[in-house]
Amino acid sequence: MRAVENALGITIPENARIIRNIISGIQYVQDHVIHFYHLHALDWVDVTGALKADPAKTAALAQTISDWPNSSPVYFKAVQGKVKALVESGQLGIFANGYWGHPAYKLPPEANLMAVAHYLEALEWQKEVIKMQAFLGAKNPHPQTFLVGGMAMPIDPNSQNAINAGSLALMLDLAKKAQDFVEKVYIPDLLAVASFYKDWASIGGGVPNYLSYGEFQQDTKSNTTNCWLPAGFIRNRDLSKVEPVDHKKVTEDVAYAWYKYSDDDKKGKHPWDGESTPNYTGPKPPYEFLDTSNKYSWVKAIRYDGLSTEVGPLSRMLVAYASGHKRVKEVVDMVLGKLGVGPAALFSTLGRTAARGIETLVTAEMLPVWINELAANMKKGDLKIHSGDKWDPSTWPAEAKGYGFHEAPRGALCHWVVIKDKKVANYQCVVPGGWNSAPRDAKGQRGPFEESLIGTPIADPKKPIEILRTIHSFDPCMACAIHIVDKEGNELIKVRAK
Amino acid sequence: MKEESLFESLLRRGVSRRDFMKFCTSMAATLALPTAFSAQIAEALEKKQKPYVVWLELSDCAGDSEAILRASRPTIGQLVLDVISLEYHETIMAPSGHSAEKSLQDVVKNHKGKYIAIVEGAIPLKDGGIYCTVGGRTALEIAKEVCGNAMATLAVGSCASFGGVAAAKPNPTQCVGVKEALPSATVVNLPGCPVNPENVTATVVHFLTFGALPALDKNHRPLFAYGKRIHDNCERRPHFDAGQFVKKWGDEGHRLGWCLYEVGCKGPQAYMNCPTIRYNEGTSWPVMAGHPCFACAMPQSWDALGPIYSRLPNVPGASYQATADKVGVAVVGAAAAGVAAHAIIRASTSKGKQEDK
Repeated sequence: MRAVENALGITIPENARIIRNIISGIQYVQDHVIHFYHLHALDWVDVTGALKADPAKTAALAQTISDWPNSSPVYFKAVQGKVKALVESGQLGIFANGYWGHPAYKLPPEANLMAVAHYLEALEWQKEVIKMQAFLGAKNPHPQTFLVGGMAMPIDPNSQNAINAGSLALMLDLAKKAQDFVEKVYIPDLLAVASFYKDWASIGGGVPNYLSYGEFQQDTKSNTTNCWLPAGFIRNRDLSKVEPVDHKKVTEDVAYAWYKYSDDDKKGKHPWDGESTPNYTGPKPPYEFLDTSNKYSWVKAIRYDGLSTEVGPLSRMLVAYASGHKRVKEVVDMVLGKLGVGPAALFSTLGRTAARGIETLVTAEMLPVWINELAANMKKGDLKIHSGDKWDPSTWPAEAKGYGFHEAPRGALCHWVVIKDKKVANYQCVVPGGWNSAPRDAKGQRGPFEESLIGTPIADPKKPIEILRTIHSFDPCMACAIHIVDKEGNELIKVRAK
Repeated sequence: MKEESLFESLLRRGVSRRDFMKFCTSMAATLALPTAFSAQIAEALEKKQKPYVVWLELSDCAGDSEAILRASRPTIGQLVLDVISLEYHETIMAPSGHSAEKSLQDVVKNHKGKYIAIVEGAIPLKDGGIYCTVGGRTALEIAKEVCGNAMATLAVGSCASFGGVAAAKPNPTQCVGVKEALPSATVVNLPGCPVNPENVTATVVHFLTFGALPALDKNHRPLFAYGKRIHDNCERRPHFDAGQFVKKWGDEGHRLGWCLYEVGCKGPQAYMNCPTIRYNEGTSWPVMAGHPCFACAMPQSWDALGPIYSRLPNVPGASYQATADKVGVAVVGAAAAGVAAHAIIRASTSKGKQEDK
């Protein structure tokens, strides 16, 4: 959408810009909370450990870190009863075969019980707050109101079929629910859990380069760099300098990916010239192992200025922090202060997980601001949601090229389009999961997942929970194969994380 | 220990009889049954053990997994703790890797023929299936084993049902839906992009309640959810009949909720219960939010129904009401005659001009 808008030189209306910010904003908040509680927490929280907790002590713990109302001994006793009943039923379902009782679990029983209670609360919460996006986008997931040139959700204070005062009230109510939970449950839990795992502030750092395209546009120009969360590139962990982003510096090579380029697999291509011709050279399924000395991945080696680069909340927060973003700086410093660590701790597994929480908090604070911004624009009488001058392909030039930046919850996303004779001649999506799970490139540089695992201590190679902690800290959006290899190069075990 | 019934399990978890009956009543509503049926549903659920369920993700985007997290009747928390025993779901299960595969194998071995398989995503067949492998096995091999040993398979979302966007032309990995990949498997298709989670839970409860799969149409979709045309249940239908159409995004008609037919709505060719149950606990659905339906629940909607914003052919303004109805009649008649509805839709789309004469 932004790629085509960029190619055709379309400026979207102010209302569309604000609606897109609200849709992305609630997506960040809801998605990050799901990630923390439902896709990552069980790497740190032992569900069975909750059975040993004293509900009264759990209540005392919860009340010291937050004034969230669900914190009585009776409440935690009921949650503990649920866990007990599940274990006793013999039907453990999604909790069966976890690494329960693993020595790498460090939380006291009361913290485990508190986290399990919030795991369940977050499940209920997430389906409520995301109704903000479902309202503006028709449904979630897969909102359907995005148009090239604007949005399809009409605005009219005097219609019952459009965004009106009632809609604004609905959204403000959901924004309040979102913000309350993040402030009173997620952030206190994150700090409480992190305080038991500070050793993870020096593990899992990975590659030293961080990219953000910038998001939450503050003006209506296509691919603007004027964003609430700024665009920028940080090289070699140097927070004293933020380089401006140039989309032309993005390349993909396929030296180790199952594709074939028409010229040279080892030479990186810019996505406008991108090719995706499959060339599978791996073993015939079923197989146990991949040969990583040759091509071994369906993901291309995406590079920025030739460098392996991490994307995601950590990159966005680092770029914002280093750019002097006032609120991000305040919250980052608060979190570092509470944990008693310095900024270098951000370059780690724990830093990645903390950055996601920091971003959630600052974004949740903006939701009511953006909703009120929409209200203020409606008050001026501006009902425009779409720029339709280029809707009809007959108005298009014979050839056009565009690119569209977006920061998805998981990181930098850009689509590149080449249009010829009113048709798409080439379209390349370079997605956050691709950046982070990229394989080696022609120069032998490892991708961010790969690099982050180097040096990770493993207590029990048969139960490599430490690997899951680091890989999950990226919020991977794909199943990925993880191979643990001993010094002789023999594979000990394979883990698939999702 | 003895496996307890669903109702016993709910009682033990502190769910009151009253709440349980409320749940059964809402299930009856989703299943389009008279409310008197809620007692029957309750009775059935009280007797059954929690059914074992495994959820596979193949060539997918996890959109249907996300969707099921938004379920409201029951919620995902109730579903995985109280209603079913979800033994395998890559995204939300605690274990990974070998431990996760063990969970899957345990179900296939220990509960053969007694578990429900849910499949999300298409199955790529090209080049021996190398385009989707999990743990070194192809999607097809995994589906053969898991669906072949299941009591029944629910294909959730348009990709598992019919190939979906993964199978759109040129379909580079030769993706197909589960039923096409495994013709002998018992498959219920629950298409939609994403699937509406209430249709998933309703299908599971239907099965538990009546001891049989729901009645299906020729595309293996339950009639309780896909038996009616979107166009016939659409809240904007009166504007269609009155000839009031949105012409441009944000014009007066758009702001007033007029019919989206002229900006490309495929509601006259789509069968699904979106207008009645909507998404996200009744919050909205595409037409309500001002965007055309693109018939995501119909087979091969990406290729067969034309560009999203192109008007269906041969419906020139208010005078075409009879024509649009005729399209619907043709589809219903085709289904009854045992011909795949999508083939007829294709035919009526391309030949519409002649038929209209």
